[in-house]
Amino acid sequence: MLDSVLFYTFGGVAVLSAALMITRRDPLHSAVFLITTLLATGEIFLQLRADFLFVAQIILYACGIMVLFLFVIMLVRVDAAVPQMRFRVQKLGALAVVFALGFEVLVILFSADKLPGEGLFVQEIAAAGKLPPNSEALARSLFTTYSLPFEMAGVLLLVAIVGAVVMAKSRNRMDES
Amino acid sequence: MMSPAHYLFLSLALFLIGCIGVITRRNVIVVLMSIELILNAVNINLVMFSRIFGDVAGQVFVLFIIADAAAEAAVGLGIVIAFFRNRESVLADEMDLLKW
Repeated sequence: MLDSVLFYTFGGVAVLSAALMITRRDPLHSAVFLITTLLATGEIFLQLRADFLFVAQIILYACGIMVLFLFVIMLVRVDAAVPQMRFRVQKLGALAVVFALGFEVLVILFSADKLPGEGLFVQEIAAAGKLPPNSEALARSLFTTYSLPFEMAGVLLLVAIVGAVVMAKSRNRMDES
Repeated sequence: MMSPAHYLFLSLALFLIGCIGVITRRNVIVVLMSIELILNAVNINLVMFSRIFGDVAGQVFVLFIIADAAAEAAVGLGIVIAFFRNRESVLADEMDLLKW
């Protein structure tokens, strides 16, 4: 009972603010609604007993990445009241494509009844009390089985830092060197 | 925990909303934010299946996706700033330097 109340509340908040995010004119409002969606998704993670990811979602996504977005939005403030959307035809086409995609995924979901339980709508899978401590299991897996991908993620972040610095470097300094 | 279908449908809804955002918005920053939304929708599925199978590998993958999203946001926003410095605009339909 509590589970479904929580799920519908936060799932509803997530979907609603996602819809608001892509319809608001002002990118600043979009960013705030995206933060709401990310926080609601974090609660869904918590409901799935992924404690560590709940924390990572809030610290990394909702704070780290979104602060980056907000900084750039304020830096690149175009007050030219971003003109009317003039792509009516393109918008209709986009909606058609997306509905076709959604229909396709729904058909696949309903034709796949070979999930580990007895299908898509099986209720209780594993007793929550029997799960190992989440952070411990995650760390054990991350630093033993997946230690090589972990290092590579570090290298990827390093490359991204260098790339971002090169991209955002001012033109004059580039000419001097 | 609810049934897997609930999480699949929630994830599908967020994914499709993100797709609409990517296709229809003209502001590049909002397009990047929609991509973050899509990645987030995929994360819900990974965590849910990780819970069903009782295997923590899905959650490890979510961590990698978060790292990837951070890298993508950093580079993407760097490109947006560089473009804004050149053209005084962040609208996708003005990015036509490579158009012939």
